[in-house]
Amino acid sequence: MSEAFDILFQTTFWVAAIRIASPLIFATMGELICERAGVLNLGIEGIMVAGAFAGWFTVYSGGDLWAGVLVAAATGAAFGLLHSTLTVPLGLSQHVVGIGVTLLATSLTYFTYRLALPEVTSPPKIEAFQPLPIPFLSDIPLVGPALFAQTPLTYLAFITVAIVAWVLYRTPLGLAVRAAGENPSAVEAQGISVTAIRMGAVMVGSALMAVGGAFLTMSAFNSFFFEMVNGRGWICIALVVFGSWRPGKALLGAILFAAFDAYQVRLQQVTGGVVPYQLFLMLPYLLSILALVLVARRATYPKALMVPYQKGER
Amino acid sequence: MTVLRLSSITKRFGPLVANDAISLDLARGEVVALLGENGAGKTTLMNILFGHYVADEGTVEAFGKELPPGDPRAALDAGIGMVHQHFTLADNMTVLENIALGTEPLFAPRFRREAARQKIRKLSADFGLEVHPDSLVSALTVGERQRVEILKALYRDARILILDEPTAVLTPLETDALFATLRKLVAEGLSIIFISHKLNEVMAISDRVIVLRAGKVAGERRTADTDRKALAALMVGQDLVSPPVAPAVTGPALLVMEHVSTPRRGTGIALSDVTLSLHSGEITGVAGVSGNGQAALAGLLSGLETPQSGSMTVQGHGPDGWSPVAALEAGIARIPEDRHAVGAIADMSVMENVISERYRTPRFSKHGFMDWKAARNFAEEIIRDYDVKCPGPDARIRLLSGGNMQKLILGRALDPEPVIILANQPTRGLDVGAIAYVHGRLLEARARGAAVLLISEDLDEILTLADRIVVISGGRLSAPSARGERTVRELGELMAGHAEAAHAP
Repeated sequence: MSEAFDILFQTTFWVAAIRIASPLIFATMGELICERAGVLNLGIEGIMVAGAFAGWFTVYSGGDLWAGVLVAAATGAAFGLLHSTLTVPLGLSQHVVGIGVTLLATSLTYFTYRLALPEVTSPPKIEAFQPLPIPFLSDIPLVGPALFAQTPLTYLAFITVAIVAWVLYRTPLGLAVRAAGENPSAVEAQGISVTAIRMGAVMVGSALMAVGGAFLTMSAFNSFFFEMVNGRGWICIALVVFGSWRPGKALLGAILFAAFDAYQVRLQQVTGGVVPYQLFLMLPYLLSILALVLVARRATYPKALMVPYQKGER
Repeated sequence: MTVLRLSSITKRFGPLVANDAISLDLARGEVVALLGENGAGKTTLMNILFGHYVADEGTVEAFGKELPPGDPRAALDAGIGMVHQHFTLADNMTVLENIALGTEPLFAPRFRREAARQKIRKLSADFGLEVHPDSLVSALTVGERQRVEILKALYRDARILILDEPTAVLTPLETDALFATLRKLVAEGLSIIFISHKLNEVMAISDRVIVLRAGKVAGERRTADTDRKALAALMVGQDLVSPPVAPAVTGPALLVMEHVSTPRRGTGIALSDVTLSLHSGEITGVAGVSGNGQAALAGLLSGLETPQSGSMTVQGHGPDGWSPVAALEAGIARIPEDRHAVGAIADMSVMENVISERYRTPRFSKHGFMDWKAARNFAEEIIRDYDVKCPGPDARIRLLSGGNMQKLILGRALDPEPVIILANQPTRGLDVGAIAYVHGRLLEARARGAAVLLISEDLDEILTLADRIVVISGGRLSAPSARGERTVRELGELMAGHAEAAHAP
């Protein structure tokens, strides 16, 4: 058993945990923004797929890495525009639209992939983001390599959390976004357009989701293949709840989940085939359900979440 | 000086003309009351003024400038503040956040919290609007929430304040405090439009009264030159006759409670040692300040609550297996306190709502299948007999006005000719016409021999209708008194919790 415990003190384990957490952090922040404005965005899974492809393909076609990130974000924003047009001014069911956007974005991505690369059998590779150790800080044992020897996109993920938290709690815009998720008529009564706030939030949130997807193809790996997002979007929906719709707590949730994930991979090697590996694959999900039960039961969710707002309706 | 002028505003919703060429003007430092029954078009008019709706015809001018239609921002910027009947506050946010929302440029890098806090503190102190800027709105009482709504308008330097039915949710004490605030505001030169259907409040606060009826201006009076009776007549369009109350013909006791106590639930007041009997042909009035055990008493009668000790018999039977279904089967009809939350299912149709207590009876379902034809006929019958104004049995009940919804619930409750009727706040929020209607129907039921338990916070209502009056206070009942036996003052003291010296059971 001591081997199972020793994993916790391995540098590689913590480096992996933070790397696995990075795409989740982006996408969770994206989902959190949408939900804080009152829109559940179930398009997240498909938008991550689209972002993963868009970023990777930009670089593959000769673009700069950061241009790839921008293209991914723009792709996400476009799907966000589609989602929010249907759910905000038209007031359609957010569940149905969200699932529709996920299916559309996923299939459209695979279709585009086949159109662009009809002949390929093994996915082509790109020159992905490389780790950028920060002097001195990265020399701290255990914590240093985990937090300060990652790729620039991981740093960006952490910066994003700080920005999202600042905007939500410290700026007039954040106030309006939160109020739109709590009671849209309060926003309208103060002369701000609920439609604009909600659509803007969904577009920015979707852009972040797409960047989360792009992390997979441009930082974690260096090529695009089908099924690579593999349910991460759905995990982010749970992480938002786990974080009680707060950026800081959601960040902790993402790291916790990623740590479980990194841990189970290493645990498989330790137990060496005695226990079927599927059990370990299941572990992070099982633990996240448990964590939800323990943590999120008393969370105060945005009151107007999933409630369409129609101006002038009583 | 005229600060606000509405010129021949017309607004149609489909075939319904909600506002028909209404004109109105408001002077600086003036309080104009907009009086009218529910559905007379008061709220529609104010929503047009505030830009929530766009008028089909007519213009709105504030301080000499015409406001663009359908733009709440323009109304706000012109110095018009509105306190809606249903508050527009975000519960999980603080008072300060609610007030400051939308007052700073959206893309400012920082929200200036401290400056906002200072300004709110100052306004609170100046106008007697005591409320802590950092409390969560969800922790506030209704009266405090209304103060936040008024502060929201003042924070934006509103010069014209519109209050839509502001006292509907307030206790008498809170109403007094509101009026004191309004007087201070007027002294500062603000102008106020006070929307109400309560005559005494209109008489107390306004300088001028504009009466709306069926979407038109029915008349305009200086408050000093008119009285309640004249205004009521203008409002209803005819002289209002309260239903005559015939002497009671008291029959046998149909429901008897002896030393009944109910279990405590959360923060609610339970009944303790309550003895009460309801007689055929009699209305028993329960007077008292809200939250003194009325909910437990109503729950007990409607089957939601069971006695913890003591005995209760309904027409001679004990309350074995007492439940809402048992209560209905025992012939107890219920007119619930909150018609929106408990009395009706808002998004279901009129037809579905009228059979909701009886859909399992052979009349409306056979062999597990609904008989919709019978349900439709029944709904049409109720609509006709109880004079419910609605598009038909298929209309969603949420679209009905309060008075019409209550008539429908009244019809549902009274149609099976119940022997016992629980009327819990049956006229709360209704206008004078609808109140008279509800009272008439309750008296009719009494005349045919039903026992009525009337729970009301409106002492006038109790004094008008009840043949016997008990006062509830802290979950205990006073000894009953016959009509006219105790003075209003004596009842008031009992309501305040001063027990009588000689307390006969």
